[in-house]
Formats: sequence, C-alpha cells, structure tokens
Amino acid sequence: MPVQRDFEGASGADSALEARLPTKTMSLNMGPSHPASHGTVRFNIELDGENIVKLDPEIGFLHRGFEKSCENVSWTQCLPYTDRLNYVSAMCNNFGFLSAVEKLAGIEIPERAKFIRTLAAELHRVCDHLTCCGAMALELGGFAPFLYAIEARELLWDRVAELTGARLTTSYGRIGGVDRDLPEGWEKKVRDTLEKVQEFRAEMDALLTHNRIFLDRTRGTGVMSAEDAVDYGFTGPMLRASGVDYDIRKAHPYWVYDQLDFKVPLGTTGDNYDRYYIRMMEMAESISMIEQCFDKMKPGPHIIDDWRYVLPPKPQVYSTIEGVIGHFKIVMEGIKIPKGECYAYTETPNGELGWYLVSDGSGRPYKVHCRAPGIQLVGGLEHMVKGSLLPDLIPTFDAINMIGGEVEQ
Amino acid sequence: MAENFQAITTRREEAQGFIERMVSRGLGWARKYSLFQYPFVTACCGMEYMSMAGARYDIARFGAEFPRFSPRQADLLMVVGTVNLKQAPILKRVYEQMAEPKWVIAFGVCASSGGFYDNYAVLQGIDKIIPVDVYIPGCPPRPEQVLDGLILLQEKIQAQSHKLIDRHPPEPELVRPAGRDLVSGVNK
Ligand code: SF4
Repeated sequence: MPVQRDFEGASGADSALEARLPTKTMSLNMGPSHPASHGTVRFNIELDGENIVKLDPEIGFLHRGFEKSCENVSWTQCLPYTDRLNYVSAMCNNFGFLSAVEKLAGIEIPERAKFIRTLAAELHRVCDHLTCCGAMALELGGFAPFLYAIEARELLWDRVAELTGARLTTSYGRIGGVDRDLPEGWEKKVRDTLEKVQEFRAEMDALLTHNRIFLDRTRGTGVMSAEDAVDYGFTGPMLRASGVDYDIRKAHPYWVYDQLDFKVPLGTTGDNYDRYYIRMMEMAESISMIEQCFDKMKPGPHIIDDWRYVLPPKPQVYSTIEGVIGHFKIVMEGIKIPKGECYAYTETPNGELGWYLVSDGSGRPYKVHCRAPGIQLVGGLEHMVKGSLLPDLIPTFDAINMIGGEVEQ
Repeated sequence: MAENFQAITTRREEAQGFIERMVSRGLGWARKYSLFQYPFVTACCGMEYMSMAGARYDIARFGAEFPRFSPRQADLLMVVGTVNLKQAPILKRVYEQMAEPKWVIAFGVCASSGGFYDNYAVLQGIDKIIPVDVYIPGCPPRPEQVLDGLILLQEKIQAQSHKLIDRHPPEPELVRPAGRDLVSGVNK
C-alpha cells in the first residue's frame, strides 16, 4: 500500500515525509482605489500562494470621453483636453497635438517657437520623471525622496506658471507657435532653478540608487526582454530599459532636437531598476537640453503671421477691418484645417504619443485619435509580473507610470 | 450632577445643557484638528494633492496630515479628480464604509460639477451620489485654495454639535430588529 497518495499537482520525487497538499489558486481584487497604485486601475489577480498566476488589468475608471469631446469643439479648444491626458507633463501632449495639426495644415512654425516648445516640453519631462521616481520611492517605503522630488517639481512649476500662467494644465501652445514669448528675466530664473533641481536630483540619487531595500525590490523584478518589449509595443523609457535604442527625439528629430547634443540612456536588463535609473539619467539630459536651448535661441517671432490660423494682434483688430474679420472668423468659426488625415508622433516622458487626425475642412476635428504610450505598457503588465511575487507588482506598476488620463481616452 | 451626567451621555434629544455645549465644543476642536483623510485620487487633481502633501504647502500644519487608505479609519473623504460613471458606485461604497462622523471635500471642478467633461461618461458632480461639505473650485485648484477649503471645513466642524456618545441607550426588553444601524441608532 502506497504511503503517499497521489494528490493532484504532486509530482516529481515524493518523499514519505512530505505532506503534499493540493493548492487552489486564490483570486484577489486590487483597486481601483488602492494605496499603492497611483492611477485608477483594477487588477483581477489569481494567486498561487504568493505568486501571480494570472493578472487581468481592468481600465476604464477614468474614461472621460476625451476623443468624443474633441470632436465637439474647435481645434484650439481641444488643447485643454490634451493637457489632461498625461497631466504630469501637459505641455508635451499639448505640443504633440499641435505638431499633428500643423502637419495636417502644412504649417512650418518659426524657429523661436520650436526652441520654446522644446525647452518647455523638456521642463515638463523633468517634472514627469521626478514624479515617477518620487512616487516609486514612496510606494516602496521611502518618503524622503518623494519630498525632494515634490519640492523640485514645485520649483519647476513656479517657472512654468510664470511662463504659461498655470502650474499643471497649461494650454500654452497655439496652432502655429506658442501663446506668448518668454517672460523677461525668465531665463536666469530657470537656470537657477535647474541648478537647484540638480541638487534635489542628486539627493534622490544618493538616497535611492544604492539603497539596499530599493535595490532588492526593483532589481530583477518585472523583467521584459527587448524582443517582448518591441512585440508589446512599448515605447519610451520602458523600451529603452530593455536595451532598445529608440528615442523619437533621436530617430526622427522634430522641433530642434537635431541641433541639441544629448545622449539616450539605455538599460541592459529591462528590470524596474533600469527603468528607474533611465528616468534619473534622462532628467539630467533634459536639464542640459534646456540650457542648450537657451544658449542657441535667437530673438524672433514666437508664432506665425498667418491670420487664417492665428488671431491677429490686438492693435490690428481694433484699427483695421481685415484684423476684425480675421479675429471674427477664427473666434466664430474656428480655425479651418484643410481636408485630410495625418499621423504625427512625438516623444513624451512615457513614450510615443501619436495623433491620428481627420479633418473635413470645417472648424472642428472630424476625428481625433490618440495613441497614448501608457496603454501598451499596461497591456504588457501581465507578461512582466507573471510568476513573480505579488509585492513585485508594486514597483513594476510604478515603473510603468500609468497615467489614467492618457490610458483611457 | 449624576443625573446630568447620564443625560449627556445617553439622551441625544436633551443636548442643551451647559456641559454638553462644552463637550461639543471640545469634541469639535479635537475633531477638526485630527482629520484622517481618505484620498480618493483619480485624476489630474491628484498632482496638486501630492504638492499639498509635500513640504512646501504641508497639509500637516492643519492636522490633516495622515492619509488613511482604509475608509474605516478615515473621517474625511477627499474626492480628488474626475469621477466617471464606472467609478461612481465605488465612490459611494467607500463613503458608506466610513464611520460617522464623516465629512467630504470635493477637490477640483470635476468632483464638484463634472468640470468641462460635460459628456456621456462623467458624473456631473459627486453630490449626485454623496453629500459634500466643501467644494473647492479650480482645474486643478492651487494648493492654497485647497488649504483654504480645509480651513472652511474645520470651521464647519467646530460649529456642528458633537456628542460624547452618539447613540441611544439599549432598550432592555426590546429584541434588536434586524438591520439596525448601531452607530446612529436609527432603525432602517
Ligand atoms: S478638475 Fe481639472 S485638473 Fe482636476 S481632475 Fe478635473 S480636469 Fe483634472
């Protein structure tokens, strides 16, 4: 008579002294309002002990009807909606959308506007990476790096507020350029701020990069190979952490990125630590890019002079009939973008932000579709954490930097 | 004296006496400075919420420092960001899980009125489903505005009447009916 009964799941070398019990998987619901997830998403997790067998992310808790809303307003009025896609780096979205519109209309924006867009986008990229790294530290139990990150971001937002009038949701771009030129004395302030931000960044670096707890939680977790990352459609820091050298700013330069000197940091293992560290390095690159922009910038117009697309200057509106008509037509009918469709893409902090626009020649978009970087990343989440421990989900999800606004358009 | 004391601890209808007023004021004072908040963070306003928790604006100065991520331990529900129709039942559930006394702040225009998302997906203001004590406008509101809202709420809490024990004494011969809410003592 056999000593051990053959339970389901008991295989391999059986010893008489080991009691093998069949285990059942447990299903666990995490979210959508969970302390360790910044972003409303619900995970249906199947656990075997503490290992994740299956993970099913459910999104839709922040669906705000973005695409449909855009179709009901004029092209310029879409801008506030684009701000609230990835709200941590509003200007990157803003300018990305405008690039697509300008491609459709065949507009070339002035050189100075390109510089302003580049430097403003880089400012917000730093904010985004700061938030991501800080929140990651916070959720792994380190409050101090988070405070440094927030304080650095606060300083940057002060500068952003001086430039655009808002801290977070800026709506600073306009079709054909940007809303207004840099404020006086702003350059000096930004340079000082960036120095301070560098200090905060170094502080975070010192607290996190060689921190044993942080290393243990992030190294070797959520690994994604380069092939898989490409297959899942990853872009941005998540793709580069896996070692794929693809940055749209380098591969297909837009605005003035071809005139700037910057490196694209690459990871080797594709784990969460690489993702964190790439963001830290990119911050330093962005800061140097902003400084280069200031060095290379020349005075000039910040927006094109074409009254079909841009509101005429106020003196003209008040004194000439052409000015009044130009103003009236834009305000009442919206900017008329020629018939057609196009796809344009830019590199936002999380990856490729693509816009597919269709215009029927009226003052409103016929269709706006946004290829947000976040959704592919959330799609690849199961692949990254399958088989690993439940606590590994937290740093992986943080490294994805899922922003509800852009994932659920 | 003894009678008096019993009255304030047991009879809610008779909360008129001097001691009760003092107790109410004291409790109000204690409650307004120890708000444990449950941040129901969904969207962009959450970034300003982070700023507010950061060192510069430092909500800890107002005694509302500590976020509790369990509704059962929280007494201030901060609804930060857009609530859409899929999220709404969850918000309601969270609110219902909180123990009395509880207060709600609507942080940002989305939570207050739906904001500029006037469309098929978004709940047009959380006051459609739960009561709100303070509305903070702004898209997103600046942290100063939020702190102002918090101070308003604290004033409101101070002005409310608080009881030491907020329930009726158990009635001995009565069998407790099913569905009785022990906290407020109201039969459902
Ligand atoms: S109020 Fe504005 S900033 Fe706040 S969640 Fe709504 S859209 Fe975002």
